[in-house]
Order: sequence, then structure tokens, then C-alpha cells
Amino acid sequence: MSEPVLTVENLSVRIAGLHILQGVSFTVAPTGVTVLLGRNGVGKTTTLRAVVGLTPRNGEVRGTVRTGAQSLLSQRTHRLVRGGLGYVPEDRCVFAGLTVAENLRLAERRGTRPAYDRVFALFPELDRRSRQRAGSLSGGQQQMLAIGRVLLNDNRLLLVDEPTKGLAPKVVTEVAEVLERVAESVPVLLVEQNLAVVRRLARDAVVLAAGRVAWTGDAQELLLETALTRSLLGVGSAEGHQHAAVATADHPAAAAPEDGS
Amino acid sequence: MDAIILLTLTGLGLAALYFLVASGLSLVFGLADVLNFAHGLFLGVGAYATWWAAGNLPGAGPDGLGFVVAVAFGVAAGTLVAVLVELVLIRPLYSRTIEQVLVTVGLSLAGVALLQATWGADARPFPRPAWTREVTSIFGAQVPNGGLLLIVAAALVLGAILAFLRWTRYGLIIRAGVENREMVTALGIDVRKAFTLVFAIGGAAAALAGALGSVYFGTVSPQQGGSLLIFAFIVVVIGGMGSVVGSAYAAVAVGLLQQFVNYYGTSGLGDICVVALLAVVLLLRPQGIAGKAVTA
Repeated sequence: MSEPVLTVENLSVRIAGLHILQGVSFTVAPTGVTVLLGRNGVGKTTTLRAVVGLTPRNGEVRGTVRTGAQSLLSQRTHRLVRGGLGYVPEDRCVFAGLTVAENLRLAERRGTRPAYDRVFALFPELDRRSRQRAGSLSGGQQQMLAIGRVLLNDNRLLLVDEPTKGLAPKVVTEVAEVLERVAESVPVLLVEQNLAVVRRLARDAVVLAAGRVAWTGDAQELLLETALTRSLLGVGSAEGHQHAAVATADHPAAAAPEDGS
Repeated sequence: MDAIILLTLTGLGLAALYFLVASGLSLVFGLADVLNFAHGLFLGVGAYATWWAAGNLPGAGPDGLGFVVAVAFGVAAGTLVAVLVELVLIRPLYSRTIEQVLVTVGLSLAGVALLQATWGADARPFPRPAWTREVTSIFGAQVPNGGLLLIVAAALVLGAILAFLRWTRYGLIIRAGVENREMVTALGIDVRKAFTLVFAIGGAAAALAGALGSVYFGTVSPQQGGSLLIFAFIVVVIGGMGSVVGSAYAAVAVGLLQQFVNYYGTSGLGDICVVALLAVVLLLRPQGIAGKAVTA
């Protein structure tokens, strides 16, 4: 078996006295999508933020996060990102007062050629709206911009936090298609609540419950286990099946998000 | 009519002084979330360094090109102090608001004490070109040249800062950082360099305010920075934290209000009206004229 692109061992995060992650361990395969699942508030976003070094100053992080032999926890966020860790945060976080072009320009890195061709091939809308303020884009367009910013550079791993949250069903499908294409060339650690998207994209799954890893394994097998998905995710796999069955380009309309967060 | 023109232009001169102090203060707070009570020290350093250079620095003097050299020296000194303050005192304290306030308040007090210990507590006459003591007749109003110099300098600084923010990569980083600092780092940018840069810009503008304000008032004193800082903070709050243009609008409003009320009302009433304006803005538009709305 090939070496994981990311190894998280015994990761614990305390923020303002709350023990949010309590010894989380998992690996991310060097290809495809690994999805991080769990009910609201179990620590999915906290995990991604800890990996990319964005735990708040009043937080305490312990454990090991590494790519190969390289430890990540001791490094500052901008160095991790320059080292090939692309991060798409929850709620897009585009710079509303800047234009689309300026948002993209910010992601350019000195010494490397920005891959505008790749970004505009995936999101031609961004090219057309390059002079528009990002704050006036729709939620779906903002999500495209958030993903496009990261794809402007070559990455070793993408961390993507709830990319379909709050989007219309048609846009959910578009985002899923893009992530599917992206995952062909770079591994993705994805936080996602929409089981239809999970079924379409994910190969491996890590399920968190109350700050601990409750289950790891094949994502497709997980979605087939009704009792398991109900107990771990609070949703029956039948619902997952229903969404999963229609979350394709042919039937995008029913691919609705499960939950707002 | 003459009086109105004179009051308008002297009010704009005062506004220019406020803007020069407030613009840096606003950028520093907007980007780095630092409430810098030591900002007045940069003004004091700029004023005293210019004063010292005019009398001691080879090539510098109170007139002509020598005066330009003296002011450039003052601005450089203010910029250097601002950068050192950021690197040595502020950088270890980012996200620790209480400690930042204590350090910057302490530094402002220590700075004034140091200036007093070195050059005395009394105001000293400021060496300045002869033409700045004269007046220019504008539509019959005799307007002090020192005030006009301030207006021109502030307009140039406003233009330069806006051009910097609009056209340079670091300007882009600062604009983005004012919106969401964390996301800037998540794009692979070391935002701390931008923090140092905004301190440098703020320090330079404040030092210029110190030099040209001393030209306008004709004297330099250790307390100058502190008294102007109070109105600069009011300008920043009214204008909106992080907005240079907002600071410019607010500075004009505060300068004109102060000047007109002090003239047509009682001396000192203008200051009270400025505080009242601050209260009204905070009640009706807490984020300021051009600031971002704060949401829960």
C-alpha cells in the first residue's frame, strides 16, 4: 500500500477550555477523496484548521500531523500552504471588497507560474466576471472562486471544508463535478455533510463522534450500512442512497444538501 | 464671506493634520487589530527629529532644500521608530489586546517623558521657511501658508496611499487583510510583513504630521502627539476602522466642525461638538462612515 499523503496521530485540540478533539488519528490516501464525516460540532472543521495551522491563539494543539516524515504542527500556516497544502475554508471566505481577479491575484506565488488556464477551464464564469466584486457573486460563484484560488497553484493535498454548504442543488452538482476532476490529480481531504456528494466523490471515510474517530474505512461501504450511518451521522443510508442515486449531472435537481452546517 | 473662506481653509488645514495621524492609525487597526496608543509618539519623533535636523544635520536647514532634507530626516526617524515598535513590542503581542494597550499606553507615556528629559517640557520655536509664516490671499481671505502646506501634503499622502493600496501587491494584501487576515495567511502569504509595512506607513504619515504641524503651529512640544492623537482616534472611529478614505471624510468633518463652532460659538465648544458627532455616528452607524458592519 502506498504511503499516505497525510498522517494524523493522536491529535488533540483544546480551545477556550473545551476539549474539541481528543486523540484523533487517521490517514489520507495519496490519491482520491478522503471524506471527514460526523454530526455537527464533532470537530471536523477543527481538524482541518489544526492541520493547516489555524487553531486560534487561545487554543492548544497536541499530537502529530505529518506528510511523510515532515511534521506540520510546528510550521506556520503560510509556510504550509506554500509547501503545497491547499485550504478551502467553510463559508468560502472570499474577499468581498476585492474583484474576482484580485482574489485570484492574491493566491499567486512568487517564483511559480499561476495556473489561470486550469482555473478558467474549470470555472469559465470566473474569467467572465473577473472585474466583478466577489461580494456581489452568488454563493455558488463564490465557492468556485474559493476553489479556483487554491487551484491556481500546484498542491500536494487539498483540504476542502463543506464546499456545498448552502448551495442550490444544481450548483452542488457542479461543485461535486469540479472536485471529482480535481481529485484525479491531487488528493483531497473533504469535510462534507451532503451524502450524495460523499457517495459520488469519496473513496475513504473517517467518521468523527464527540471529538474522537468513531469509524474509518471504505466510504461506499459506510453508506450502505443503514444502521451505521444512522448512529454515526444521524441519517439513514436510505436517505443517502436517495440523494446518491440522483447526484449526477443527469439528475442534479434532487442533490440537495443534508444540512446547513 | 472672507471669514467663511478662511474658516473653511483653516478647518481643512486642521483636517489635514488629523488625517495624517489617523490614516496610519486606521490601517494599523484595520489590518492588525492593534489599537496603537503610541502612535502619537511617531508624530513627536518626527517633529523633534525635523527640529533637530534643521539645526544640526549637514545639508538640512530651516529654508529651501535644507528644510525638505530636515523633514525627510524627521519622516525617516518616525518610520524607523514605528517599525522598531512593531517588530520589538507589538509582534509578540498580536491577539493579546490588553497587553497591547498596556504596552502602547506605557510607550506613549515613556516617549513623552524621554522627549521632555532630553529637550525640556516647554514648547520650542520650530525652524521653518519664511514663506510658511506668511499668508496667501484667497478670495479676499488671508489664509496662513502653513495650513495650505498641510492641505497639499495630506492630499498627496491620501493619493499616494490610495495608489499604493490599489496598484501594488502589498496594497492588495493589506486590503484583503483588513477584510479577513486569517484567509490571507491561508493563501500562503506572510501577513506579518504587511503588519510591519502598515506600521511604517503610519509612522511616516504621523511623522510628517509632526513636522508640518510644527510648521503650522510654529512650535514643537513633547505633548503635541498626545493631544492630536485624541482627535485622530475620533476621526478613525467616525471614518471606519481600516478605511483611509473614511478617515479623510471624517477628518474633514471634524476639522470643519471644530473650526466653525469654535469661531461662531464659544472657544472650546467645537471640541465638545466633535465628541457629540462621534456619539451620533456611533449610535446611527457604529461601523463608521466607510467601515465594515460588524455582525454576530
